[in-house]
Amino acid sequence: MPDQAPTTATDDALIIAGKAYSSRLIVGTGKYASYAQNAEAAEAAGAEIVTVALRRVNVADKGSERLVDHLDPKLFTYLPNTAGCYTADEAVRTLRLAREAGGWNLVKLEVLADQKTLYPDMSETLIAAKALIQDGFDVMVYCSDDPVYARKLEDAGCCAIMPLGSLIGSGLGVQNPVNIRLIVEQCKVPVIVDAGVGTASDAAIAMELGVDGVLMNTAIAAAKDPVRMARAMKHAVIAGREAYLAGRMAKKRYADPSSPLGGLI
Amino acid sequence: MNLFLNGEATEAPDGATVGEFLRQLAMPEKGVAVERNREIVPKSLYGTTRLTEGDQIEIVQFVGGG
Repeated sequence: MPDQAPTTATDDALIIAGKAYSSRLIVGTGKYASYAQNAEAAEAAGAEIVTVALRRVNVADKGSERLVDHLDPKLFTYLPNTAGCYTADEAVRTLRLAREAGGWNLVKLEVLADQKTLYPDMSETLIAAKALIQDGFDVMVYCSDDPVYARKLEDAGCCAIMPLGSLIGSGLGVQNPVNIRLIVEQCKVPVIVDAGVGTASDAAIAMELGVDGVLMNTAIAAAKDPVRMARAMKHAVIAGREAYLAGRMAKKRYADPSSPLGGLI
Repeated sequence: MNLFLNGEATEAPDGATVGEFLRQLAMPEKGVAVERNREIVPKSLYGTTRLTEGDQIEIVQFVGGG
């Protein structure tokens, strides 16, 4: 969209698998009261990419609303996920079906370990990532904040590394900023904090660590006013990015007056 | 013939193709993917892929998710 003004204060684009995005906020499409509210929140967030899940068609109830009727796949980049997959085989099967249904190669891989934590199973994730990349997919990968596995996933050819800030749906924010920063420093592909953001400051903190973007669902969908929170998140991501690029002042242990010391009466 | 659609027993006319089966279900071809016995049926083959007794058919679409 070269003739459109950038939607953020910064002109620096987020480039994923060769495509440029002006928004650094990716939003989910789950847990909303309705698809209509979902669409309103996605627009308020300024998101260009939305994650979507793949599920069986409800044959008995074909009159039910469809996601595509509210979030136009021509306006939003659909990012099919593998939520609910606990093995590499399930994840690969799901994303091949997603590619057939939508025709897109860009996918979000997540292979979960258990239902209580939804923590990623990293060995299965790596197996699935390799299989998908071999099959021509562009894989954005949900992963733990382990820099070693992050490097293995990048070496395997993933187009974005997406470590958790904290557990999916927990709203606990970035629990291990040191590891997130280590991943940022070593990674040559975009790093996106996926999961754990609870409120706007969490998103800003993630961006101030130098990550390239933030992916969230529950923080917006479970807010009392999801559309307003979506707007807050948009501003937080922009603010965090700007602060990171601006370069923060050094921390000091004692006060440093802002007004001149000379000329005091 | 008897087959399974999304895990539930159902029926389809003998010799029906995947395309005919979708039309019988009043299912739009756009935005869905079909799997027959764990193999994806590409849209280009809906008209020529014939269902057989006992087939396990999955039809999926995009829904909201995080």
